[in-house]
Amino acid sequence: MLNIVGHKKIWFILSGTLIVLAVVIMLFFGFKQSAEFKGGTLWEFTAAADHPSLSDMQNIFANNLGISGAEVSLDPSSQTFIIRFDSIDEATHQKIENAIKTQLPSFSELSFESVGPSVGASLRQKSIIALILVILGISLYIAYAFRKASRPVSSWKYGFVTLFTLFHDVVIPAGVLALLGHLQGIEIDSNAVVALLVVMGFSVHDTIVVFDRIRENLLLDRGRKPFDTVVNESVNQTMARSINTSLTLILVLLALYFAGPANLHLFVVILLVGVTTGIYSSIFIASPILTLTVPKENK
Amino acid sequence: MKRHAGLYLSLIILLAIAAGVFVYPKYFGAQNRPWALGLDLVGGAHLVYQVDLSKVPTANQSSVIAGLRDVIEKRVNLYGASEPQVYTAQSGNDTQLIVELAGIKNLSDAIQQIGTTPLLDFREVQNDGSSTQFIYTNLTGEYITGAQLTFDQTTNAPQVSVTFNSDGAQIFQKITAANVGKPLAIFLDNQLIEAPTVEEAIPDGKAVISGGNMTVDAARTLVERFNAGALPAPITLVNQQTISPTLGNDSLKKVIIAGIIGTILVILFMLSYYGLLGVFAALALIIYTALTLGIFKLIPITMSLAGIAGFILTIGMAVDANILIFERIKEEHKKGLPYSSAVQEGFRRAWPSIRDSNTSTIITAVILYYFTSSFVQGFALTLLIGVIVSLFSAITTTRLFLYVFLKEKRVSVVKS
Repeated sequence: MLNIVGHKKIWFILSGTLIVLAVVIMLFFGFKQSAEFKGGTLWEFTAAADHPSLSDMQNIFANNLGISGAEVSLDPSSQTFIIRFDSIDEATHQKIENAIKTQLPSFSELSFESVGPSVGASLRQKSIIALILVILGISLYIAYAFRKASRPVSSWKYGFVTLFTLFHDVVIPAGVLALLGHLQGIEIDSNAVVALLVVMGFSVHDTIVVFDRIRENLLLDRGRKPFDTVVNESVNQTMARSINTSLTLILVLLALYFAGPANLHLFVVILLVGVTTGIYSSIFIASPILTLTVPKENK
Repeated sequence: MKRHAGLYLSLIILLAIAAGVFVYPKYFGAQNRPWALGLDLVGGAHLVYQVDLSKVPTANQSSVIAGLRDVIEKRVNLYGASEPQVYTAQSGNDTQLIVELAGIKNLSDAIQQIGTTPLLDFREVQNDGSSTQFIYTNLTGEYITGAQLTFDQTTNAPQVSVTFNSDGAQIFQKITAANVGKPLAIFLDNQLIEAPTVEEAIPDGKAVISGGNMTVDAARTLVERFNAGALPAPITLVNQQTISPTLGNDSLKKVIIAGIIGTILVILFMLSYYGLLGVFAALALIIYTALTLGIFKLIPITMSLAGIAGFILTIGMAVDANILIFERIKEEHKKGLPYSSAVQEGFRRAWPSIRDSNTSTIITAVILYYFTSSFVQGFALTLLIGVIVSLFSAITTTRLFLYVFLKEKRVSVVKS
């Protein structure tokens, strides 16, 4: 039997540090927003047979096409050029494409996305609303589902601890996203937001398993053992199933990352970070916090 | 359920086999309701146009929007898209027109043509017996101030009443005076939409189009088309996403392979950790996959890349219920319960966790569905349906397997 509740200070310090780090990263670096959020163009194409180099392409965009401030990058494994610049209309798109084709006849467009700036603002707003709704929705549901919970923990406390755990489970992956944005220029698009929402929906699963066991043990125990002990026993009893249920999800995510298409990679990475944080939080954070909500006399 | 467990189980297995045949993209499955694949898998364009309604009076707005949608759809159809979609969407105070084109050859041309403001004009008809010619006048939609659906006072028949501005009224009077008794052709985007007969010269710029066997629907469509061509509601392209068929095809292949590998990994894990019980979980998982895919194809849901990813995620979650149940069965058996009771207790006591976990995923899926774009809605839908079917699979399929195959005598079945 591992004394998880007893060592709660360690876990709290660890999580606290991670959360503070994540928040600082998000405030300092912000998120690198994709075209969907801030408006702009994202263009992916290949021109394999002509073997243009990265600097060739950068040259073309800066000098021949008259597009200022274009970010040109090259993915070496697939020889795909990824270009980002301000939003343009279809006529300009065609003009530029033809200009490139005269220099590089093997030009082949993979995808083109151009978003006006106003669309981005409404998408940002929708994303934030969705995030808030999911956190509230799940926490309220847990408070409702545990309504017949017995002393010393009322159902609201389960709901509140869930809310905090969800917040913990979404802030850390978001911090990782901001960090990746700063270090590697990885952009946050609507898929990334969806991934964060899904993280919340999944990470709560193992928390529910532990809470369920706590509730059941409290009922059976009828207040004989100290509260902290009951919680600790519950966490230990459910550890195997907590880990296994997340493990099956991780297996599927790994398959998606290594065998699946490249444009799902960011989505899968966010989920992997989130699910891992979720296992950690349900074992080491959620239950110890629950013990904090009960004043010392009642334990 | 325990008494006829064998029967129910056989039924479910048969259903799953039928679903499997239905889903497989060859032979029977390919001919009956073939898979509908989204833009990001077959290649195509997703265009969002913002409609500028600032110059359109509020009363006419919904009519103009409907008319615009109609005009755009006609234009899109000219390009031979396989299943073009044109629909309107409200985003806050803005009205948007969304066009989805899959499998079009001349995409850039289509995009340029679609976005222009509709052109309405009137032409005189010259019929010399063998051929009909249309002669341009300079009466175009810009002279029309509006069109409305009205009903004849006496006969209650549907009519279209059109109003011209003062300049337009003058031109209209000249044209009608010159063409009494002859048809006057109305063209929208260079296509003839109506050619009503002029009964008399009309001086005041107020005309009523009626007669024939015009139904209410036909009249309403005509009103919408007038308004679309008359009232200035310019559309601007605000969001464009095109994906080439090669990229789409590549993504499709990769995601399917990833799904299969993921499923195999999960099955291997269940077998190694739970032994014989794992076999039942694995079989239940395969049945779940076949049934869920069958439902997707039956509805039918257009499968996008995100949608397939959502489904693969539910595969990772579908075994969770089994894990909770098996762990519980092990616990109960350790306490001394015989197998049949352990199984019953296992299901009963694991159920609250299963119900609550899946409900939280359902809450997420529902919020995702209402708050985001069409691409993401596909993901939310497959997630939602997958979770619901996996709930059923957990409480029914696995339980049936256990009832049928788990007998008292096999003491070493459950790894402790």
